[in-house]
Amino acid sequence: MSSILDIRDLKKVYEGGFEALKGVTLSIEEGEILALLGPNGAGKTTLISTICGITTASSGSVLVGGHDIETEFRAARSLIGLVPQEINLEPFETVLNTVRFSRGLFGKKRDDALIEKILRQLSLWDKRKSRTMELSGGMKRRVLIAKALAHEPRVLFLDEPTAGVDVELRKDMWETVADLKADGVTIILTTHYIEEAEAIADRVGVINGGQLLLVEDKESLMQRLGQKQLRIELQEPVKSLPDALMNGTDLSLSDDGLSVTYTYDTQAERTGIAALMADMSSAGLILRDLQTQQSSLEDIFVGLVQEGQS
Amino acid sequence: MNWAAVKAIYVYEMARFFRTLAQSFISPVISTSLYFVVFGAAIGSRIQEVEGVSYGAFIVPGLIMLTVITQGISNASFGIYFPKFIGTIYELLSAPVSFLEIVIGYVGAAATKSLFIGIVILITAGFFVDLSIAHPIAMLSFLVLTCISFALMGFIIGIWAKSFEQLQLVPLLIVTPLVFLGGSFYSISMLPPFWQTVTLFNPVVYLISGFRWAFFGLADVPIFYSLFAIAGFMGLCLFAIAWIFRTGWRIRS
Repeated sequence: MSSILDIRDLKKVYEGGFEALKGVTLSIEEGEILALLGPNGAGKTTLISTICGITTASSGSVLVGGHDIETEFRAARSLIGLVPQEINLEPFETVLNTVRFSRGLFGKKRDDALIEKILRQLSLWDKRKSRTMELSGGMKRRVLIAKALAHEPRVLFLDEPTAGVDVELRKDMWETVADLKADGVTIILTTHYIEEAEAIADRVGVINGGQLLLVEDKESLMQRLGQKQLRIELQEPVKSLPDALMNGTDLSLSDDGLSVTYTYDTQAERTGIAALMADMSSAGLILRDLQTQQSSLEDIFVGLVQEGQS
Repeated sequence: MNWAAVKAIYVYEMARFFRTLAQSFISPVISTSLYFVVFGAAIGSRIQEVEGVSYGAFIVPGLIMLTVITQGISNASFGIYFPKFIGTIYELLSAPVSFLEIVIGYVGAAATKSLFIGIVILITAGFFVDLSIAHPIAMLSFLVLTCISFALMGFIIGIWAKSFEQLQLVPLLIVTPLVFLGGSFYSISMLPPFWQTVTLFNPVVYLISGFRWAFFGLADVPIFYSLFAIAGFMGLCLFAIAWIFRTGWRIRS
């Protein structure tokens, strides 16, 4: 796969001195879905706005499909579709007209068949003659997606596509994203719903304080940083754990004294489970049940952001 | 040039105009008729003729100018302010269009609208007074140039404005008084000498005078001054727009 988006040391300092991006470098492969995770104010929207031409970069470079966003802005922007975070639509215009307008703005010839396909795909065809002000919030968001897709972009930016959207619609949106990926569209979405990144992304980037803390394949990220917890339930409650068990291992006893939690790294050479079992047995503890639990992307994310702040 | 984008902006803007065609069409017709009733009938019955032209006919060029100037400004300023206000400007900024194309699209549509209204007024006026146009090509050229120039000015105001109040500020406080005091309804030769001199500092005088010359062959100031004034004003607006777009002032952060 070749990289379709190449961001090098991108910085953005707003008037007044606020440094929204502190040198972001990122390369995105064609056809992948990258989820950018970050808390509010992390720089997600600034990053997208700068790539798309809404704000200008203070320094650094961005290539889209090999075209520089400043010197070859026409070629670069032609490849990009943007779905903004805010629902920005002209209220009095009909769905069909506003989508057609978007296509025209990108210099493309009118193509009613394509617009119909997009509107049908997004379940908007029946609403094509409605004015956008008459639509529900979820429908409006779909109109924004239709507008972004109207010029057949190869890279689609979705800035918090499911913010304030109900669960059902969110699942619909994920399906739409999966369909787009199947069509070969590269998708970069920002979100602060970890669940969303976990569900649809191929790679996950974590951004905070204008810095990209990490970008990694979702699966390997979860594996690499993932910790597992082993919960051991005891037959009889104990007041405290024998000293022999406590040397160097990450163990904790529940308040009722009936369960012991052991946290370990799945990628470590030795997980230490076998040794722990043997030690517990020789300490006279009788086990009733065992349970393991994988940490979620959310735990990883919170860990990273806190680490960055400390 | 991305002409398809220019066309898209132009068509989209014109669609707004046609959506509200009744308002766009009826309101200038009614206000022109009112001007004719009030100025033409009431005052005209006392003035009769100005420099050999009946008063009713004399005020037609000024009336058209008054309307195309105010309409040109309000259409263009609203046209670009509205996307800023509701946030749809993101689409323009992220599209492969240059600022020049944005200006041609928006200003072209706003100028077309005011030209359309100007012609409607001209036709309406034809029902009230006998009109003859001495220099039709010059008349049309003046009309088109004025429509474009003031649409450019409106565009600048729309970019500058941060609120609807500011959007109204320049037209209400500066442009309307200048147009009213620019000889729309009188010849400046009717003023006392002192005020004649003061009036010459009003740029709109030159526009109305030139336009009136195209109708009746008579002017308050030499026709070349008028041409110079409209060309200079347009150049000024273009210069301001070029600067705005080079710096991204109030558009791109």
